[in-house]
Amino acid sequence: MRQEKLEYLQKKYESRLNPGKEDILAGPKGGMPKGPGHGKGNMAGGKPKNIKKTVGRLLGYISNEKWKLAVVCLCVVGGTVASLAGSYMLRPIINGLTSESGSTASLLRGVLAMAVIYLLGVLAQYLQQRIMIGISQNAIVKLRNDLFGKLQKLPVRYYDTNNHGDMMSRFTNDVDAVGEMLDRTVVQLISGAISIAGTFALMIYTNVWLTLITIVMIPVMLKAVQIVGGRSRKYYRAQQAAIGTLNGYIEETVTGQKVVKVFNHEEDAREEFEYLNKDLRGKQIKAQFFGGIMGPVMGNLSQVSYSLTACIGGILCVLRGFDIGGLTVFVNYSRQFSRPINEVAMQVNTIFSALAGAERVFAVMDEEPEKEDVPGAIRIAEDAEQAKNFYVIPKENALTGEEGFMEDVCGEDADYYYKEVKGAVTLTNVTFGYNPDKKILKDVSLYAKPGQKIAFVGSTGAGKTTITNLINRFYDIDEGCITVDNIPVLELERDSLRRNIAMVLQDTHLFTGTVRENIRYGRLDATDEEVEQAARTASAHSFIMRLEHGYDTMLEGDGANLSQGQRQLINIARAAVSKAPILILDEATSSVDTRTEKHIEKGMDRLMATRTTLVIAHRLSTVRNANAIMVLENGEIIERGDHDDLLLQKGRYYELYTGLSELD
Amino acid sequence: MKRYWKYVKPYLAAFIIGPLLMIVEVLGEVLLPKFMANIINVGAASHNVPYIAGMGAAMVVTALLMMLGGIGGAYFAAKASISFAADVRSDVFDKVQKFSFANLDQFSTGSLVTRLTNDITQVQNLLNMALRMMLRAPGMLIGALIMAFMMNAQLALVVLVVMPILVILIAIIIKIAFPRFEIMQKKLDSLNSNIQEVLTNVRVIKSFVREGYEEQRFAGANEDLKQSSLNAFKIVILNMPVMMLLMNVTTLGIVWFGGRQILAGSMPVGDLTAFTTYIVQILMSLMMLAMVLLQSSRALASLHRITEVLDTEVSLTDDGCRMPEKKVESGQVEFKDVVFRYYKDNKEAVLSHISFKVESGQILGIIGSTGSGKSTLVQMIPRLYDVDEGEVLVDGVNVKDYSLKNLRDGVGMVLQKNVLFSGTIMENLMWGDSNASREELLEASKAAQADPFVNSFTEGYLTELGQGGVNVSGGQKQRLCIARALLKKSRILILDDSTSAVDTATEAKIRESFNNTLKDATKIIIAQRITSVMEADQILVLDEGKIVGIGNHSQLLKTCEPYQEIYYSQMDKEVSAS
Repeated sequence: MRQEKLEYLQKKYESRLNPGKEDILAGPKGGMPKGPGHGKGNMAGGKPKNIKKTVGRLLGYISNEKWKLAVVCLCVVGGTVASLAGSYMLRPIINGLTSESGSTASLLRGVLAMAVIYLLGVLAQYLQQRIMIGISQNAIVKLRNDLFGKLQKLPVRYYDTNNHGDMMSRFTNDVDAVGEMLDRTVVQLISGAISIAGTFALMIYTNVWLTLITIVMIPVMLKAVQIVGGRSRKYYRAQQAAIGTLNGYIEETVTGQKVVKVFNHEEDAREEFEYLNKDLRGKQIKAQFFGGIMGPVMGNLSQVSYSLTACIGGILCVLRGFDIGGLTVFVNYSRQFSRPINEVAMQVNTIFSALAGAERVFAVMDEEPEKEDVPGAIRIAEDAEQAKNFYVIPKENALTGEEGFMEDVCGEDADYYYKEVKGAVTLTNVTFGYNPDKKILKDVSLYAKPGQKIAFVGSTGAGKTTITNLINRFYDIDEGCITVDNIPVLELERDSLRRNIAMVLQDTHLFTGTVRENIRYGRLDATDEEVEQAARTASAHSFIMRLEHGYDTMLEGDGANLSQGQRQLINIARAAVSKAPILILDEATSSVDTRTEKHIEKGMDRLMATRTTLVIAHRLSTVRNANAIMVLENGEIIERGDHDDLLLQKGRYYELYTGLSELD
Repeated sequence: MKRYWKYVKPYLAAFIIGPLLMIVEVLGEVLLPKFMANIINVGAASHNVPYIAGMGAAMVVTALLMMLGGIGGAYFAAKASISFAADVRSDVFDKVQKFSFANLDQFSTGSLVTRLTNDITQVQNLLNMALRMMLRAPGMLIGALIMAFMMNAQLALVVLVVMPILVILIAIIIKIAFPRFEIMQKKLDSLNSNIQEVLTNVRVIKSFVREGYEEQRFAGANEDLKQSSLNAFKIVILNMPVMMLLMNVTTLGIVWFGGRQILAGSMPVGDLTAFTTYIVQILMSLMMLAMVLLQSSRALASLHRITEVLDTEVSLTDDGCRMPEKKVESGQVEFKDVVFRYYKDNKEAVLSHISFKVESGQILGIIGSTGSGKSTLVQMIPRLYDVDEGEVLVDGVNVKDYSLKNLRDGVGMVLQKNVLFSGTIMENLMWGDSNASREELLEASKAAQADPFVNSFTEGYLTELGQGGVNVSGGQKQRLCIARALLKKSRILILDDSTSAVDTATEAKIRESFNNTLKDATKIIIAQRITSVMEADQILVLDEGKIVGIGNHSQLLKTCEPYQEIYYSQMDKEVSAS
């Protein structure tokens, strides 16, 4: 590798491969702003911040199964005691064998007693695991459902500003870590603690002097755990950073592999990969080494303790008349003793990463959800008979006093006025920015009368899509007012509002499921005929019929088996099946070729005829017949009017338009 | 398997020393109970304190040696397995770099990434574990068995009875549990893809107010997953109790039969202690073996997926090139009766009998409906795919006779599905020419109409782009991609529908700048908008893989019906309006 290339790579990856502690907690640097305090998914070993609170919340997920938990606790205690008692039974048996009075009958009694104790122990162990798995699975299901439910309530802004991979990892890695902890760790901690205490008590009971050896060994073992565990955590973190960087590089390069080839960039890619691969190799060997020696070190320290006990115990037998049965059970205990210590030590890591995971899950749950509807918010109800929708306006709503508001009211009862939904949209002096310091829209005002078609044109980044984001309250405005049928959108129930606006977006998003299900997404109670009718409207029917299973063809992975244009047609059909009186088309036909677009024009016209439509399009031919065209630039409407007006104005629209038709 | 030998070979020493060191640990573990028995049988029985002390010292030394063995074993196992994995990963990555477009189409991107990351990690973990367990578990099993038989053959028979029972029970558990785990994994995968979908489709969900519906769907899938997890775990948790039960039964058997032998005086009492230890060791090693087996079935599946990549024959190489030194000089392109299919057994060709010629410096426009083969056609020029019949000539030389590097250096291309990479804007542009000067960079950026918006960013050309260029808009991304291709200064420039998200005025400016800065280069432009190709010297009209019209705008407008159709679909309103 060339020296300069090497230096370049070192500089490029320095901060990601050798992050300081703060950097690890803050997650990798990237262009995307992160929510407060969230790190990236794969940081096992991250320390939880508020253990007490997190544990309390987690307990909430299992607290409704108290009697089951009680049984589990009983079983753990029973199982542990049984296993300790079982090994202790050896003492009288062996002593019986070595003494004069030993007989087959007493041996049989001893063996039978042991058998009963062991059996109880095994039963208790099985029962405890069986119940605990039920408890933890229930808790996990609930945790996932809660997280998912919360996710549904989060505003679009959250999705736009958080990394999707990171959110995925909360659902998978973090929830799994919590599940694993509930499954095993809790039980192991309890049984470990009882084992340690019980073994220790039995040891003292069996022989105080020999116990001293164990007492001396404990700090040695703890120190070993500390040293090895500390190193292992440190290198593990480095390894995780390296894995993350390498995997990120692999993903990015393979995703862009065709571009790599077109630019003959294979050799560069290989060099960069090699650099990261080598880096990972070194760090991984260290991490795996320190992770791998915890077992041998602890295991063999306990062998040392076992050896010392055997030796000194043997001497005690000779000099002090310590019984051989006692020595046998004692050496067994001293071997067993390190196991729970080791286990508990290992669990500490699991617990920390599970708690850190739980915190990340709870952090999502604590995010600010979409704003609640205002009290007395106006609902929209469907009247199936008249095939019309009505605003249901509580009589106490302050708007009823405003001038002109009551105009379209067509009925009332004791508590409510009813007003027909027509689909008029107005924006008055709307100012908005995704970040407070950068305004995307400046003082925008416009109106669309029911059934009108309003088009937005302008260069990319002018704020066209932003306007549509505001009307259906994906984002709430900073200043100004947006109304639908003279009702400020903030006064409407958000769900009602959105149900009355159908959107077709440029990024075509389909769901795993059949074509029919995807179209029906626009209105869940649509009949098969209505679905097909909608598909015909969007000119999707004929190509759907050519698919292998027609409307029952499964679409997988966002409809990867369809062309971009076909996906857009299904999206249009989805909007067509909805009865919403307002339709937003954001570059809805950008990937449909012009012949097809012409072909679907009639259907689109039918679709738009009964709806107030807001259209964004690059192709000026698609917006030509709009009732009004808004030309946006830098967040301001710089020209407005219908096609002919705008041509007469000889402004920006004229430029754009003649740019297209100058070759006539 | 043989192909992996070359990854073992450089680390052969570590591969051998690791398991050997592990044997040290095993030997010690087998010996310690024997020493212990000696202390009781010989030392305590004969009241021989120095003997006991000597034995004790031997035990401590053994334990310390074991620790060294364990630590060393861990080191060499880590070194061997990780180095192996790193080398394999490196070769798989190299292989993917060599892949042709056809190879890349064959594997999906996601699957290639998984193979390079997860699958290799799986294999590495198995290898690490195997190196530490390979000799350890069987060694311990055999060692403990030998010691047990040497000590008391009759008593050891108890173990021989229990062992097959344990093996059978574990086998049954694995056999029942494994398919259940597979089901569980599938449910988990589908739950995860459900979440993924919801994350990307949030706008659709919210705009149709389907939050409740999605929650219900998710809760259903979640409950489903829980049931299948319980189904699987239910079986697996039997493992420990069964194992404990058998261990306990064996202990009882030993105590019972051993106790009777002790009573009869045919067995020293210390042996009983040692014996119970050996039982634990024997059964433990069996468990460990079972675990390794369980793991290896998963890792073998991963290994298989890796082998698949390594064994894939690269379908497009420059092995047959006859003029490795030849470079693209003038930029003349000619297709002679070209036929192409993506899948060789498909009846209908994607391109059938395409013939045309573009002189250097000319502009060729290509137009046609979606799926007519426009993108496929231009991808033949830098040999991203090989033709099935006929030939593609650049500068009068068959593209197969160029070296791939020289050919592709001579052809700049903006793909329809284009990507930017994480890094600064400057770094991304420099892909076109890593030695470009600042002036050249600015020139290309200006020609692609990227300069103004780049300058509007506070950090200008040093602005960091997120992965895939998430922080620029679609139109900006396309302009950056064009600038990147322009910087290559190649003799042939291909734009595959690369201005679809750029507004018409900007697009016109870009085309204008081509006429100035790229006067000599051959330009091939695929477009949806007829205005994008109207000024071309020559326009190809494609339909279902065939050329249905060829000529300049005015010729086609007179003679070519499909062209007229496209033209009027875009123009008629304007015409009628004026």
